[in-house]
Amino acid sequence: MYDDSAITFETDVESRFGLSRRDFMKFCAAMAATMGLPRGADAQIAEAITKKERPSVIWLHHQECTGCTESLLRSEHPTLDKLILDIVSLDYHETIFAAAGHQAETARLAAMEKNKGKYLLVVEGAIPTKDGGIYCKIGGKTSLELTRECAEHAAAIVAIGSCASWGGMPSTPPNPTGSAGVREALGRNDVVTIPGCPPNPYNFLSTVVHFLTFGTLPAVDPEGRPLFAYGRLIHENCERRAHFDAGRFAMEFGDEGHKKGYCLYKLGCKGPETYANCPTVLFGDAGPGSWPVGTGHPCIGCTEKGIGFAKPIHALADLKNQRPPVGYPRAVEEQGTGATLGSAALLVGVAAAAAGAGYKLVGNLGRDEDDDDQSQG
Amino acid sequence: MTINRRDFLRGAASGSAAVAACATLAPSRAEARGNLPIPENAVGLLYDSTLCIGCKACMSACKEANDLPLEDNVGEGLWDTPLELSGKTYTVIKIYQHGTMEHKDKAENGFAHIKRQCLHCADPSCVSACPVSAMTKDGPLGIVEYNKDACIGCRYCVAACPFGVPQFQYDTPFPEIAKCQLCKHRLDDGKIPACAEVCPTGATLFGSYAALDEEITRRKAMTPGEAALFPRRTVDSGDVHEKAAPEYIDDVYGDTEVGGTQVRYLSGVPFDKFGLPTDLPERSFASKSETLQHSLYGGLAAPVVVLAGLVAAAWRGSKNHHDDE
Amino acid sequence: MSEVILPSEVAKRQHHHHKPAAIGGGLISPMTVVLGALVAVAFFFLGQRFIYGLGAVTNVNNGYPWGIWVVWDVVIATGFACGGYAMALVTYILNKGEYHPLVRPALTASLFGYSLGGASVLIDLGRYWNFWHILWPGYAHVDSVMFEVAACISLYIIVLWIEFSPAFLEHLGLKDAKRKLSKVMFFFIGLGVLLPSMHQSSLGSLLVVMGAQVHPLWQTMLLPLLFLLTAACMGFAVVILEATLAAVGFGRDLDHELPMLSKIGKIIAGVLTVYLVLRLGDIVVRGQLGAIFTSGFKSVMFLIEMALFAAPIVLMAKAANRKRLSKLFAAAGSMLTGAVLYRIDAFLVAYDTGPGWNYFPSVPEMMVTIGIIALEVLAYIVFVKKFPILPGQPHQPSNGR
Repeated sequence: MYDDSAITFETDVESRFGLSRRDFMKFCAAMAATMGLPRGADAQIAEAITKKERPSVIWLHHQECTGCTESLLRSEHPTLDKLILDIVSLDYHETIFAAAGHQAETARLAAMEKNKGKYLLVVEGAIPTKDGGIYCKIGGKTSLELTRECAEHAAAIVAIGSCASWGGMPSTPPNPTGSAGVREALGRNDVVTIPGCPPNPYNFLSTVVHFLTFGTLPAVDPEGRPLFAYGRLIHENCERRAHFDAGRFAMEFGDEGHKKGYCLYKLGCKGPETYANCPTVLFGDAGPGSWPVGTGHPCIGCTEKGIGFAKPIHALADLKNQRPPVGYPRAVEEQGTGATLGSAALLVGVAAAAAGAGYKLVGNLGRDEDDDDQSQG
Repeated sequence: MTINRRDFLRGAASGSAAVAACATLAPSRAEARGNLPIPENAVGLLYDSTLCIGCKACMSACKEANDLPLEDNVGEGLWDTPLELSGKTYTVIKIYQHGTMEHKDKAENGFAHIKRQCLHCADPSCVSACPVSAMTKDGPLGIVEYNKDACIGCRYCVAACPFGVPQFQYDTPFPEIAKCQLCKHRLDDGKIPACAEVCPTGATLFGSYAALDEEITRRKAMTPGEAALFPRRTVDSGDVHEKAAPEYIDDVYGDTEVGGTQVRYLSGVPFDKFGLPTDLPERSFASKSETLQHSLYGGLAAPVVVLAGLVAAAWRGSKNHHDDE
Repeated sequence: MSEVILPSEVAKRQHHHHKPAAIGGGLISPMTVVLGALVAVAFFFLGQRFIYGLGAVTNVNNGYPWGIWVVWDVVIATGFACGGYAMALVTYILNKGEYHPLVRPALTASLFGYSLGGASVLIDLGRYWNFWHILWPGYAHVDSVMFEVAACISLYIIVLWIEFSPAFLEHLGLKDAKRKLSKVMFFFIGLGVLLPSMHQSSLGSLLVVMGAQVHPLWQTMLLPLLFLLTAACMGFAVVILEATLAAVGFGRDLDHELPMLSKIGKIIAGVLTVYLVLRLGDIVVRGQLGAIFTSGFKSVMFLIEMALFAAPIVLMAKAANRKRLSKLFAAAGSMLTGAVLYRIDAFLVAYDTGPGWNYFPSVPEMMVTIGIIALEVLAYIVFVKKFPILPGQPHQPSNGR
């Protein structure tokens, strides 16, 4: 077990976070668990979080609904909002900023200058790219200009929510504003994306804490999604999976199967083609079943580009991942027992004995006949 | 020498050889039995590999509907993991995989599923082979049925089936042949086969042979990539879902193979990739075998004639040689 | 030419042949003890088979549902048991009375071969308690080749016992019954030639329904004829083999039988020639000539078969060879090995139900087959010692080995 007596807090955790030390350590352990980090990492996390210097965070908003921020702030987990706001120095965030107008923009520029190359840039919302990006402007700058400016000297960029990740809802065809995600808009593939509508706060928080603790961003998939959160299909961990395997499906909302909690695949559940940890982490810390499929609604695939906001909700999912090694018998499987040393030896032995006896007999008979021939001749 | 040779020729020409020769040397009679047709009210399944998502719901439902035990091939004892049809498994979803397995229903770097089960031939080899009428195809629906009470366990059906379908139970002193009978007990209750009932995508579709014919024609006429509707459970269930039409290969497995089968396959991957026999002729093996048998033994005419000749010869021989010592 | 013995002369020489007589002597010898032990081992494994199922003892599986218990114990064993058929054919039907002394020993071997072949079917049948269905109206399916095989083998076993019964009746002293039976024996002799012709050819027909699963070098509509010709040849070859082994084993003198055996050698060569012409001609007609060299292991097996069938033809072409028991024995051995391989190849090597399947007989499986062979040999030894089977000898040897 982790021995926490060795940890000396440089600041008073209890007063700063309004948390008991025990609860704080529980939070750190939860963070470590979410990221699948080894035992002992919670101590490192605790150490990183309690540092006096909180890293500066610039949080930009573009084409979005602020749902990501709202879900983060309104998490049921005690003081999660406090934690995220207190472990970092949130120097620019349009929603919760007290300042406004030029004052706010000035603060942003000051923070960027002061923490050049060290601040974390978080982007929420899609970036319109059509017609010079005129469809979203903040402080006289288009989203694209603003993002480019902030990204230039950022230590890391995190795109939160489906909109910032690949365009999300604003990019739904025909995509009139040419909305794009941060990776696409900036042409950079080192942006970590936390898709979801809204994303699970834990996934975002864990990514940030990883950055604080280790100074690097977590391992990601080709879409920039942290593997600890988006490494498995929803289908793989779904609590209704057994019904899928047994062929028990809800046929329509409210029918017998739906009431019994059968698989929602036939209602268009996108779990089989959506990578996310919803079934294991759940939402809002409100207890079991607190995620879409748990409440009886099919997954809409909000974390998956080309699925969420693109594929009709009733359309059936295609299974994406079909390669567990023992999952399916191959078209040709080796079966039956071939020759073993014993069986082959026995067969060869019997055949050789028969052939040998026959050969010997022919020889003996031949000799007798020769003798006869001689005695006659 | 000449005498001996003549003796030999006489011996070879008469008696034994004549019996067999009359069958093989009579081509006109050899056509006596053609392929049996698909029964008028035949039912069947259409398995569309491009729709299959490999969920194995059909396997699970099949086991439940037919009261079959779990089959464990990985040793953990938790999951049903049949490798192939077996004495405990009537249907199995297998996978073809190649290279990176990136593309579904593509042979190159792709993967595709196949559902193995009894194809319910129009002219089944197993029925022709069975010496005790345990395998039959006499119902109006054309289902190849198995009656364990008649079966002697000779496994001629196992050997004869070109698709390797009938499976014998080697691990019990009281074995049976295991094989899909299209859930005839469920059909009797007005239900459809369990695999088609549960299939979430309509990859396994139940219907009359004629209705499935139309459905196959409809699917093959689709433009790949365009949205299309696919029925589930039965062709006319009204339970449809929308999906981009897949790219099918030209062949429909079971259309002509050994005279046609009532269960047919559509696929995006050539059928030989699934380990299925693809070189099967249209003439059924059953018709060939039965033609041979009928030519030799039809009405017992040839054996009786030959017997008369043999008995006459033996009688003459016994008079000449006083064989009773 | 002067060396050739004309049939009439043979008949004259053989006219004073000796009546069959029991060899006599004790039954316990090293040979019979070893055979008995082998039989006991087989029975042990058979016990396992009936308690735990076929899979517990054999390697047969759903890719190779028929193993050596079918291919050897039935298909090949009944071929070996065609001696009675072959000798009845030449002796009674083709009216060559000079072979008569060879009929009864041949018949004995046939009797055991077929009786045990029929019994081993029961061992291999999964649901053996239903075996009677095969001959029961309502169950029997007359279109099935297997039905034809089973019906003919069953009937033939009965016919064999009837044909053989004079030896018993003689032993039991029932002269009257024997005389009555001999009056109608010609009918059973006719039947005894028809039935093996039917089912030996049908053993080949069994493969027709397997269609493309049997390699084209073996799969043909001529299968029944090819199987029949090899079965007849096996019958003749077994007569030579049996006479030789009896001569060596029981120290008997073969001088009287050698001329007959030499003619049988000639018949074998003739029938084999017909067989080879038919088999190769058929392969040419079907356009499968290339497959002879391009089918890997199957090609090798095919060529070995061809060599084994060709060897007796070459050996028996020379008149001098036909007078030598060693050459006759070698020709018969080659022929039998070829016929055995032909059957194993057709049923197992050429059979391919699809990719992924393997079969090789397990040790217990082989031990059962060996046990059945041992039982057959044991029964033969007991019979020739106790019943008048082998032709009597001018000077009876004191005892056998």
